[in-house]
Amino acid sequence: MPSSLTTQRRLFMAFLRIGLLGFGGGPSMIPLVRAEAVTRYQWMNDEEFGDVLAIGNTLPGPIATKMAGTIGYRVGGVLGCINAVVAVIVPCIVAMMVLLGLFTRYRDQRWIQGMSEGVVPVVMVMMAQLTWDFFQKSRVVLGWIATLIMGVIAGGLIYGLGIHPGLVIGAILVAALLRPERRRERSEEAKP
Amino acid sequence: MIYWDLFLAFFIPNIVGYGGGPAIIPLVENEVVGRYGWMSSQQFAETLALGNTLPSPIATKMAGYIGYDIAGIGGSLVATFATVAPSLILMLVALGTLYRYRDSIKVKSMSQWVRPVIMVLMGYLTWSFLGEGVHDAGWIHTAIIAAISVVMLWRLKLHPVWAVVVGLVYGGFLLG
Repeated sequence: MPSSLTTQRRLFMAFLRIGLLGFGGGPSMIPLVRAEAVTRYQWMNDEEFGDVLAIGNTLPGPIATKMAGTIGYRVGGVLGCINAVVAVIVPCIVAMMVLLGLFTRYRDQRWIQGMSEGVVPVVMVMMAQLTWDFFQKSRVVLGWIATLIMGVIAGGLIYGLGIHPGLVIGAILVAALLRPERRRERSEEAKP
Repeated sequence: MIYWDLFLAFFIPNIVGYGGGPAIIPLVENEVVGRYGWMSSQQFAETLALGNTLPSPIATKMAGYIGYDIAGIGGSLVATFATVAPSLILMLVALGTLYRYRDSIKVKSMSQWVRPVIMVLMGYLTWSFLGEGVHDAGWIHTAIIAAISVVMLWRLKLHPVWAVVVGLVYGGFLLG
């Protein structure tokens, strides 16, 4: 059994690598977490990793930090939990502050203003792609008719009536929890 | 109380945002741009664009930077804490209970039923970025940059960083 200092150092290095290589946001980092936690350091086997991932998916919020925190806690206690989360997020938050700090400092330069305008359509396309991805994922499970009906109703409530999206989602979460269990078999067939 | 507002602005999106980091983006925009007016839509788009060029989870990068922009290091810590801590603490405390429900139909339907709402929020955000782009850069430049991005991201499946670089260079030379 390695000493606790070694464990903490390994945790930090593992999640630092995951954070620095994880281009594309949290969900794209899952295979990287597996490579470190299962393959390299053998902190857990594949089945346990699958369980942590499945449990993480039962909760909202970013998946990468939930996995980092849980694995860190299992391996190195509360300190390990904080250590792993910090390693995975802090370096890139600092990089972000430096990058955007420079950007803001020279904002009155015409060409910097041009750059910030030029990037808006790119973000629009990225957002359109995410919208499409969520439509596809939803269509596979709920069917496109239900997806569109739910989408239109949600859009009407949020943008038509000005209801906070958190309330709309909250209501859906409650409805999902209250759904009758007898529809179990049908839903399981409909799984992607 | 700015720290309390910051906490709420990031706590709410992360407690209802099923579907990982990207699902949280439109919810955060709703708070930061729509509700509290801390940033303009364009500043939010910039933050998102530069955030996408860096690795690590997008939700925490957005929280860490926006918190910093609004209330300094303290703000950064509060926003990041509100993003990471609630669901992580819940996960650690209720690991056993959650383990039992990890394959439950009810729990699965929670994240599945939320998707159409997230889709609408993302679609609306796409629409408002379109309006923003046309307003600032004109529809011709917006259409050209968007077309290049579509080819790079959808057809060639290049990493977003390259599309962002193209947008920055194009804007720097032709929109400056």
